[in-house]
Amino acid sequence: MKPPKFRYFAPGSVEEALTLLAEHTDGGRVLAGGQSLVPLMNMRLVQPSVLVDINGIHELAYVKAWNGGLAIGTLTRDTNLIDDTMVAERLPLLREAARHIGHPAIRNRSTVGGSIAHADPAAELPAVMVALNAVFEVRSPSGSRTISAQDFFKGYLSTDLKEGELLTELRVPGLPSRAGSAFIEFARREGDYALAGVAAVIALDEDGTIADARLGLCSVGPAPVRALSAEALLHGQRPGNEAWEAAAAATVSALDHPLSDIHGSAGYRRHLAGVLTKQALAIAAERAEGNR
Amino acid sequence: MQDEDFLTIRLMVNGETHRLVVEPRRLLADVLRDDLGLTGTNLGCEHGACGSCTVLVEGQSVRSCLMFAVQANGHKVMTVEGLAHNGEMHPLQRAFWEKQGLQCGFCTPGFLMTAYELLLHNQNPSEEEIRDALSGNLCRCTGYQHIIEAVQSAAQAMTSSATVPSSTETR
Repeated sequence: MKPPKFRYFAPGSVEEALTLLAEHTDGGRVLAGGQSLVPLMNMRLVQPSVLVDINGIHELAYVKAWNGGLAIGTLTRDTNLIDDTMVAERLPLLREAARHIGHPAIRNRSTVGGSIAHADPAAELPAVMVALNAVFEVRSPSGSRTISAQDFFKGYLSTDLKEGELLTELRVPGLPSRAGSAFIEFARREGDYALAGVAAVIALDEDGTIADARLGLCSVGPAPVRALSAEALLHGQRPGNEAWEAAAAATVSALDHPLSDIHGSAGYRRHLAGVLTKQALAIAAERAEGNR
Repeated sequence: MQDEDFLTIRLMVNGETHRLVVEPRRLLADVLRDDLGLTGTNLGCEHGACGSCTVLVEGQSVRSCLMFAVQANGHKVMTVEGLAHNGEMHPLQRAFWEKQGLQCGFCTPGFLMTAYELLLHNQNPSEEEIRDALSGNLCRCTGYQHIIEAVQSAAQAMTSSATVPSSTETR
C-alpha cells in the first residue's frame, strides 16, 4: 500500500505544466487534489512515471461571474464550492452536490477539475455539469479548445481529454430567474459513493408550466446520464406528481447500463434512479415556484 | 538511486522547522512517522476512507495518506503531538479521556484533529454539525456516542475557559 516511484514536477504556471505534460506523454499524469489518484497509486492500480503537480498553479483556483452563471478554475477545491457566496447565489445546485463529495478532509483537497477529468461514474459533479449544460476549457501547447460536458464524458473513467491536454476552466451558464434545482443521492453511508444520484433543474413559464427541465444522473451507467427523453416529456407540463411519475419512468427506461456490484444490483439502481428522479424534480419545482 | 530521485523539502511541523531529503513517492504520513518520529498519526486504510491519518496542513484537515510529503514543502503541518501544551492536555484530549471517547485509541488522533478543525470554525457546534464533521472518521470500538459527547464537552470547556483554539493553530 505504498505508491511506486515517480518523478515529480511542481510547475508554477499553466504554460510550464503544459510543457511538462508534452515532454512526458509516456506515463505523465496530472496531480490535482489527489483524492482519487493517490489511493489508486497507493494500491498500485496506476503507476505514473511522472507526476505534474498543479497545486502550485494559483491562477487555476478561482470562481468568477460568467454569462449569468460561473466560470470556475479547475483547481478550485470542493470546500470552496460549498463556502463561496457567488456559488450559493448563482448556482446553488453546485453547492448542494458538493456537500455529498466525500468528507470535509477530502473536500479540503479534492478539486472540481479533478472530479471532471477523473470521470468516475459515481461522482456528483460530472452529472451536475451535464445537467447545467456546462462547457469545459481545455488547454494544450497548441492552444485551447472548448467542449460541452455532454460530449466530454465518454465512458467509465474515460473522457475526451487528449494526451498533453490540461482541463483549465469549467463554464457553467446561469439559470432563468424562475428556476429551481435540486441534487439528491442515496448512499449506504453519508460520504460513500452514491448508489444513484440525480441533479434536476426546473424552469417555469409565466403561467406556471414547465419551460425547461434538465436531469443529470450519476452512478447509473458508465458515464453521467442526461435523461433527454424525460426532459422532453416535461416540457409544457404542469408541475406535479403525474409529470414526475412520467419523467421518472422515461428516465429509468433510458438507462442502458446501470452498474451491478456488491453495493447494489442494476435493478436496485434503476429503482433508485426512478425514486430519486421524482423527488429531485419535486424539490426543484418547489424551489422554482419560490423564485418567482 | 540518483540524486534526482530525492528532493529537499522544509516542513514546519507543530512549530518546528525540519529540513528533509525525501523521495517524491513518500506519503506525508510516512514522513511524519518514520522520518520525524511523530507516530501519533496512525495509518489505517491508506486510501482515504478511515480518517485515522488526518492532520492539519495550513489549518485545514487533510488525509496524510493521500498527500505526498513533497506537496507539504514550505507548509505548516499540525499533528496530534501539537495539541498538548507544556505537558498539559488540550481540552479536546481531556474531554476524550473524561468522556471515554476512545477504547483502543487507534482512530483517536484522526478524530482529535478533525474535531480540532471543527472547533476552530465553530465554537458551539450542534450534535448534527459534530456528526457531519466527524462523518469521515471511522471508529470500530466506541459506537461514536462517547466521541460526540467528548467534542460537545470540549466545546463547552473551551468556551467557558475562553481557551482560544487558534492560539495553537499557527504551530
